[in-house]
Amino acid sequence: MSTATRNPEAAWRRRDRLWGMAFVAPQALGMAVFTLLPFAVAFYLAFTEWNGFGTPQWVGLANFADQIGDPLLRRSILNTLVLALVTVPIGLGLSMVLATMLNSIRRRGLYLLLLFAPVVTSQVAIALIWQQMLRPDGAFSSLIARVLGVVPPDWLANPYTALAAVCLVTIWASVGLNTVIFMAGLQNISPSVLEAAQIDGAGVLTRFLRIVLPMVSPVIFYQSVVAFISSLQTFDLVFVLVKDAGPDNGTRTIVYHIYDEGFQKSDFGVSSAASIILLALTLLITAIQFGAQKRFVHYEE
Amino acid sequence: MLTTSAPHAADPAALAPVGSQPASSRSADRRSRDGIGRAALHIVLSVIGILFVVPFLWMLLTSFKGLEQLLQAPLSILPDPWVPANWPEAWNALPFGRAYVNSIYMTVLIVAGTILTSTMAAYGFARIPFRGSNLLFWVFLSMQMVPKQVTLVPFYFLMAKIGWVDSHLALIVPAMMINPFAVFLARQFILSVPRELEEAALVDGASRPRIYWRIILPAIRPGIGAIGIIAALDAWNNFLLPLVLLNSRELFTVPLLLSQFQGQYGGMNYGIVMAATALSTIPMLVAFVIGQKQIIASLASSGLGGR
Repeated sequence: MSTATRNPEAAWRRRDRLWGMAFVAPQALGMAVFTLLPFAVAFYLAFTEWNGFGTPQWVGLANFADQIGDPLLRRSILNTLVLALVTVPIGLGLSMVLATMLNSIRRRGLYLLLLFAPVVTSQVAIALIWQQMLRPDGAFSSLIARVLGVVPPDWLANPYTALAAVCLVTIWASVGLNTVIFMAGLQNISPSVLEAAQIDGAGVLTRFLRIVLPMVSPVIFYQSVVAFISSLQTFDLVFVLVKDAGPDNGTRTIVYHIYDEGFQKSDFGVSSAASIILLALTLLITAIQFGAQKRFVHYEE
Repeated sequence: MLTTSAPHAADPAALAPVGSQPASSRSADRRSRDGIGRAALHIVLSVIGILFVVPFLWMLLTSFKGLEQLLQAPLSILPDPWVPANWPEAWNALPFGRAYVNSIYMTVLIVAGTILTSTMAAYGFARIPFRGSNLLFWVFLSMQMVPKQVTLVPFYFLMAKIGWVDSHLALIVPAMMINPFAVFLARQFILSVPRELEEAALVDGASRPRIYWRIILPAIRPGIGAIGIIAALDAWNNFLLPLVLLNSRELFTVPLLLSQFQGQYGGMNYGIVMAATALSTIPMLVAFVIGQKQIIASLASSGLGGR
């Protein structure tokens, strides 16, 4: 190739690279200004004392020391972990069962519609609806009283039953989404593989455990990472369903703690430190999941 | 399975049941056992379906109950008498109409902006390499892992500095410009567009914006639908950011306004609270029923991480 033809091409390549940057620019700018900048500032604020006015005062690790000793933060971490450890396995397990059932029938439109309705409903509305269900004189307790003849507790007034209620509602609200995702995953399995196994004499359970489960394991894995991360971020539900942190902080979550320390107590340094702790916890749990992935997740190729 | 490119086919409502086979290969005995099994499945699924719809029905029934009936000792299921007045009372207690206008126009702007910027960025990342583009894409991927709440406090003060606290701009502009997941999803779709289409256009001297507009966008239409639906649900249901950023009631979004019914405005009159909740959820549920196939397929594909 002569220089005469190479030069225009090089010029075109240069201009083309500029186009690449131009296309990426709006999102890249948004990322820099609205995510990376606040992200860096969060790290800075975590080491300061600041009430929102004047200049933040550098306090070193004092906020972290304060937070690690704070029973409120411990309580919120514990609550959040319980929420995640209860809702993720039960929610995903239930979704897997439902997806398998729905995939083996033809007329499933109505079931999908019913399961999926909570997914498109705002968490605030869901919380208000379940508040009515779970009131002492509400539908759930009245049913128990009538059928079993016992007086049920005031679910949302006791720290343990309130947390259980948050778990229940979280599962109710998310099962539909996970079910359709698993259904899509199951539909990627070629029927001929299952047929071959059936001809070889594999029963329903064997086929499910040996073929179906390994083949959808990447989807299950991905969904468990997403579900874990989102349950670590629970806020709307506990803010409305059990009013603020619930009885005796029984449903105080980490995000509620961040909101409370910052926007209610105006202690933005402590709030930022708590948010860094949330980040660390998120990364730690995701790392553990990726570690476990090697043993449990089967990838083709 | 990991390598199949775009999630076009993820339509759980339409695809054939797994393991369905021609009935001729089975014995009659087998067929009748299958029939029983299928009936059992329908019964179990119906019970579960009812469990999912009961809270919504309860919302509707409660919204027609008067205060006296709600405070009565043994709970009755049906309203007696029916009190339709709860609905206008809920609508007038707080500026609901205003909140609807706010939520609708913000959602429309956010969805349009997100579709535009995310598909543009995705096209850049997928097809026009430049120095540092891989690194930048990696930053996008890894920031997806960072919970939004980590940046909540600094974000609030950034908005205060710009003068956007108690303004819709704080909810609209950043949402239009940051959506790493949408970028990732759009990129997956664009990677499945054959390069030849684009190369032919380049040889003909078409500019990059023209290719983006005339070739890429039309080719990824299902992906655009999915991104739009996910962005719309996020924008409509967002609660924490409006809660922190908005003070004036005229600016409230529907979920934020609804949360006000807890406590002072609703009090013990659950009929009004449930009428308000119904007012806020029914339009969404109707929209969902109309677009259910597309919505369910979009979210199913999003869950597969654009797989």
